[in-house]
Amino acid sequence: MKVGVLVFPGSNCDKDAVWAFQNMFGQEVVELWHKDTDLQGVDLVFLPGGFSYGDYLRSGAIARFSPIMQSVIEFANKGGLVWGVCNGFQILCESGLLPGALLHNDHQKFNCKNIYLTCESSNSQITNKIKPQSVLQIPIAHGEGRFYCDEFTLTTLKSNEQILFKYCDADGNISNDANPNGSLENIAGICNAGRNVFGMMPHPERVVDAEIYNTDGRILFESLLQLVEA
Amino acid sequence: MNQSIPSGNLATLEQAQQLGLRPEEFEKIKEILGRTPTFTEMSIYSVMWSEHCSYKNSIVWLKTLPKKGEKMLAEAGEENAGLIDIGDGLACCFKIESHNHPSAIEPYQGAATGVGGINRDIFSMGARPIAQLNSLRFGNIENERTKWLVRGVVKGIGNYGNAFGIPTVGGEVYFDDCYQINPLVNAMSVGIAKVGKTVSAIAEGVGNPVYIFGSATGKDGIHGAAFASKDISEDSAKDLPSVQVGDPFWEKLILEASMELLETDAIVGMQDMGAAGITCSTSEMSAKSGTGMKVWLDKVPMRQEGMKDWEILLSESQERMLVIVKKGMEAQVEKVLEKWDLTYNIIGEVTDSGRVQYYMNDELRADIPGESLVLGGGAPVYHREYTEPKYFKEIAQFDMNDIPDLSFTENNSSEKSVQSVAKFLAAHPNIASKRWVYNQYDSMVGTINQTTNAPSDASVVKVKGTDKSIAMTVDCNSRFVWADPFVGGQIAVAEAARNLVCAGAEPAAITNCLNFGNPYNPEVYYQFVYAIKGMGEACKKFDTPVTGGNVSFYNQSSDNDAVFPTPTIGMVGLIGDNKKHMTMDFKNAGDVIYMLGNSKNDIGSSHYLAHYHKVQYSPAPYFNLDEEHQLHKALLGLINGNHIESAHDVSEGGLFITLLESAMHRNLSFDVSTPLNKQNLRTDAFLFGEAQGRAVISVKSNNCIQVESYLSGLNMPFEKLGTVTENTIQVNEVNFGKTADFANIYNNSLAEKLA
Repeated sequence: MKVGVLVFPGSNCDKDAVWAFQNMFGQEVVELWHKDTDLQGVDLVFLPGGFSYGDYLRSGAIARFSPIMQSVIEFANKGGLVWGVCNGFQILCESGLLPGALLHNDHQKFNCKNIYLTCESSNSQITNKIKPQSVLQIPIAHGEGRFYCDEFTLTTLKSNEQILFKYCDADGNISNDANPNGSLENIAGICNAGRNVFGMMPHPERVVDAEIYNTDGRILFESLLQLVEA
Repeated sequence: MNQSIPSGNLATLEQAQQLGLRPEEFEKIKEILGRTPTFTEMSIYSVMWSEHCSYKNSIVWLKTLPKKGEKMLAEAGEENAGLIDIGDGLACCFKIESHNHPSAIEPYQGAATGVGGINRDIFSMGARPIAQLNSLRFGNIENERTKWLVRGVVKGIGNYGNAFGIPTVGGEVYFDDCYQINPLVNAMSVGIAKVGKTVSAIAEGVGNPVYIFGSATGKDGIHGAAFASKDISEDSAKDLPSVQVGDPFWEKLILEASMELLETDAIVGMQDMGAAGITCSTSEMSAKSGTGMKVWLDKVPMRQEGMKDWEILLSESQERMLVIVKKGMEAQVEKVLEKWDLTYNIIGEVTDSGRVQYYMNDELRADIPGESLVLGGGAPVYHREYTEPKYFKEIAQFDMNDIPDLSFTENNSSEKSVQSVAKFLAAHPNIASKRWVYNQYDSMVGTINQTTNAPSDASVVKVKGTDKSIAMTVDCNSRFVWADPFVGGQIAVAEAARNLVCAGAEPAAITNCLNFGNPYNPEVYYQFVYAIKGMGEACKKFDTPVTGGNVSFYNQSSDNDAVFPTPTIGMVGLIGDNKKHMTMDFKNAGDVIYMLGNSKNDIGSSHYLAHYHKVQYSPAPYFNLDEEHQLHKALLGLINGNHIESAHDVSEGGLFITLLESAMHRNLSFDVSTPLNKQNLRTDAFLFGEAQGRAVISVKSNNCIQVESYLSGLNMPFEKLGTVTENTIQVNEVNFGKTADFANIYNNSLAEKLA
């Protein structure tokens, strides 16, 4: 699979994403600079975490207007695979490629720690190998990760099975205590109605290397890559 | 050579004194210049000769610290930060620095810019930062101002470091009344460079252009260095413009641009702009190369109109870099700077005059021999007097027998019971989990942090592309240093080394951040001198040379005592094979628990004594440098031989807290007893004493014979304490309750205080 990792000047998880795709999963990776418009024929666009343009305004609010994002929007609208993590998720929401918005955490603090996720739908290219309701330990690191949308959107997300991940405890219970940021219904990750655009706040690319003692993120990559190889 | 006299008003002695210069220093300036300095020139001297830039009251003693070692690629004082060889063609670059005074009055920006400054020191040498640590000290946690400071400092460090994108992997947080007015904020950064691909802060090649890039220059932080060189007072809030404002996004841009510039062949020298801004970087770079520099101040990109020459010179606006570029290669450089949308301009050129000459609109405003400004050149060097502090007498009067021992037979609901004291200590803000703090820092970006899921006494990060890991820690128990500066200085180094060793790393080198009170107070200076002597001895013993760091004096309010002498040690070490990373958590019920080193009848300067009994005056705890060194060798031998399951040193809170911390991670427990041959040991000393030179290990039962014979072979004393269990905590057959209940206290008490 040829993967394009977007690089905004304030991206800081771009190198981790490149490392994961390239060194952990042996994929061809190109870095796509924010000022460019050529996606170089990639099969997947990955939007990494970070602070795209400083994000002093609203995370991702400026990034959506960058030259590269115009090409990404076009690519996604044609069915191209797009995956955003953390700041990448924020940018996808700001761009309108995914519904909803990511607000400041309810406790108003940046929060980086291991959390647990349950997979709410295996019907996506990043979750198809995950057993429904199984629990993954994947870290978060964000100040603006509280997913929010209006009631109509929420109903649509549910009826279309667009909710991919929810925050839970180690035993898989979805509770307020297990919600690290006040997200609506503990939502941690979603996809679009066309099931080709994915966004999530937790960082699976941070937990793919056994040398740092947690590989729970691998199954998302394995889900994704198996499809292309097939 | 330009012999013209700079224009501008001449400085007066009164102005010089207002800016912190002493009358004899003003005379010395006149002597150097052969005339009375202009106001601008005097301003330049005032910052360059400030304590912060010149180390005038500390350098005599700093020079006594050991700085040579096999792995050293740059010795203390040679570069912006220390540089050690880690093999595979890579070097580790690291440094710690204080930002105490700004943080005291504007905690958010003070702490944020501290993070920014220390990272620039690393990448201005051509090393990419890979990990950050910090050491924070505040006053009483019950005090509202303390809470405001903690929240601000933590948010400042977090917001800056998180956006900059380098993980914060470790640190320490202490609370003590002595830091009430004057908190300490020390930040450390660790980077990786390719050997031979680093860059120095030099200005060679007559005619080479001098570039400034990064943020535009504003009026923030003018006289920041001078501000850092006086006591904190009521009036300090009026110094608010002395505090700089940080922008981590710009820092990220100048980091990436700097890294790319070094890939070109166009860069002669590079330095960041920190204290004393353009003045410091231009004069230090040219003095280091024995060259001179012409600088056109009006060419500096400015944030506001109407800035005066001296304001531009002294501005401490953040996120700015100075580079000397090979003439003719300007286009390559500008291409990189434009890629990153950075503001830049050529503001000068290298000359052979030996002088730094600053022009404003073609008018010469200052003309100074560069050498006369800098450390090792003309900057003053003072030998300060020192006398033994009077409070030592009170410490000497301490008698442990005046303190009633704890008893296991006490009703466990009584406040005097051992169980209650154990809970008190587990909840103490100096001992309890700092997760409220570190969860606000991105500790995992970069995907190299091995200690997120496998905690160890030191933070351990992978060096990608190799089998190696680097372990790092910041340590200082300042109460020990206060009680006995010499022994406390030794302990600070020893504890750092012990933490690295418990993580499986071979200690390599240190950087230090020396936080003390007013050096003109002979008792404070005594603390400084003896802490340095102690640190030096310990560094020699552990073969961990000092690569540099910084000195922060004047950590005191005008009407209060100085803070505890706080020589924070930042130490790095190497794990050659990252599979040898040793963790602190007990692994399996049934494993046998040993303590290496001897239990001592000692509660000196322990948290138990200082905070439970509220005894301020007591000696530093037991410490023996040779025994400590022996412990480290034994631990490394056990770890490298794959003999043990966990290792955790005995420090704050004593043995009980050590055992608890090892048990909590996997919700295991322990059943331990006073060793049979130690029946005269006081209960409080056994469980809560902080005698040094001890570590707890756990061993699979079938490895015990091997471990015991290995230790005996080394003549390393050890005590078999008991076993890891899955039941309740048992000490001397007394039930202490569930580990989970202690964990609840330990994990949440800080958040409850600060929320």
